[in-house]
Amino acid sequence: MSLIEARNMSVAYTDTPALAAVDLSIEPGEIVTVIGPNGSGKSTLIRALLGVVAPSGGSIHRKPGLRIGYVPQKLSLDANLPLTVRRFLCLPRRHSAAEIAAMLERVGVPGLQERQMSALSGGQFQRVLLARALLMKPEILILDEATQGLDQPGVAAFYRLIEAIRSEMGCAVLMVSHDLHVVMRATDRVVCLNGHICCEGAPTVVSEMPEYRALFGLGTGGALALYQHAHDHEHDHLGAGDGHDHHHPHHGAA
Amino acid sequence: MLDDFLLRAVLAGIGVALAAGPLGSFVVWRRMAYFGDATAHAAVLGVALSFGFSVSIYVGTLITALAMAFAVSSLYARGHAIETALGVMSHTALALGLVAMSFLSGVRVDLSAFLFGDILAVSKQDLAVIWGGAALVLALLAWRWQALLTATLNTELAQASGIDARREQLVLTLALAVVVAVALKVVGALLITALLLIPAASARNLARTPETMAVIAIGLGMLASLAGLQLSLTADTPAGPSIVVAAGAIYAVSLALGRPRSR
Repeated sequence: MSLIEARNMSVAYTDTPALAAVDLSIEPGEIVTVIGPNGSGKSTLIRALLGVVAPSGGSIHRKPGLRIGYVPQKLSLDANLPLTVRRFLCLPRRHSAAEIAAMLERVGVPGLQERQMSALSGGQFQRVLLARALLMKPEILILDEATQGLDQPGVAAFYRLIEAIRSEMGCAVLMVSHDLHVVMRATDRVVCLNGHICCEGAPTVVSEMPEYRALFGLGTGGALALYQHAHDHEHDHLGAGDGHDHHHPHHGAA
Repeated sequence: MLDDFLLRAVLAGIGVALAAGPLGSFVVWRRMAYFGDATAHAAVLGVALSFGFSVSIYVGTLITALAMAFAVSSLYARGHAIETALGVMSHTALALGLVAMSFLSGVRVDLSAFLFGDILAVSKQDLAVIWGGAALVLALLAWRWQALLTATLNTELAQASGIDARREQLVLTLALAVVVAVALKVVGALLITALLLIPAASARNLARTPETMAVIAIGLGMLASLAGLQLSLTADTPAGPSIVVAAGAIYAVSLALGRPRSR
């Protein structure tokens, strides 16, 4: 039985279509990566799968009682909200001190319990977000551009950690990412999104597909070139942009 | 023993501080100060309507505060820049209330009591309403605490754990309307937001977790009530504004006491 399944799903924001005719199912234990240019509806897809926005057409089925561990793209904490790492990890469900200590150790940031969230570095913050998601004992881990703000070795280390955790915990992983070449090595299935699903399949297969090349570059270096291109750090603003505002692969730059 | 007006005033201030501490913390965390103003201003219209229809002032203010709170809440749900719309609604409601008051013939209404509060005139019945309302708000917030905090962090994060952020917003909306209705008598419509905001903002400088911030806000709110009443008695100043002045002074002290904030 699929954990989450979208059938012929479309999502629209006040008459602006954001996603159309999406068929996507996530099976237990698999790693699925969604890639696509800015404004292609990646974040909208995540929001729909989580149930934050209702689909305007088609349907979504979540396994009843599905435990989701969600790692947001970023978490802008109000400066007036005092929050220790320990307290943050206990939202919305409380965990024992031992569980918290073990999980922080597992994600590579032991001993941060009493630190204020606002005092963490970018890398520590992402790992604490991951720890919170994992403490939910998720059947599926959903990561929305979770490596934003990490440097290249940091990104690689983060995805190695995700892979290791998947094999330990057996949870499915759904990732949205820009970090094409790192992500594609670690993934079972790539879904290429641009308002609809352009193409889908194993990473090696997808990277040869014409739809993928049209979006991410023609040469074999396309994925790598786009990855190394400096991103503008603008992410899909809901309903804004036509999705073609930002891709100009540098051929041969790698 | 409740025959002493001063004791009743003290108990009224403590009752309001009990509810305003935790609720005010959420107002600070979710940047709802304008929201609080709009709801409180609508209460003035509620006072006029209560006299017009001869119902209890608490009923009238609760209804208009609820109506305004839900209207504003639906604006919030649409996202986007709503400060302007909020400002329009907030001040229109206040002005409409003042205009409506002028139509009341035959009833002598002490307008300033509703704008700035009249804590020294709190009756035993008022006290029962204030403490009942405070208990209701505290129970509501305690019941939804974990979900409210999670929804305050991030909508998607909440939804992933099965928490409906819109429903939690409604809980706060309801609590805010109740606090406005019961605090109107104590500090008045123009200063209710101050009682929500200032103790919580002061507590921020002294707290390391959301819970300690809420509890410290309660304590500082009580302290401000007592100090304000004392000031009012000794210097013969209006009680409501005196309480807010005391809260402001406490805020200044908290800034000096608080550890430098790490970013």
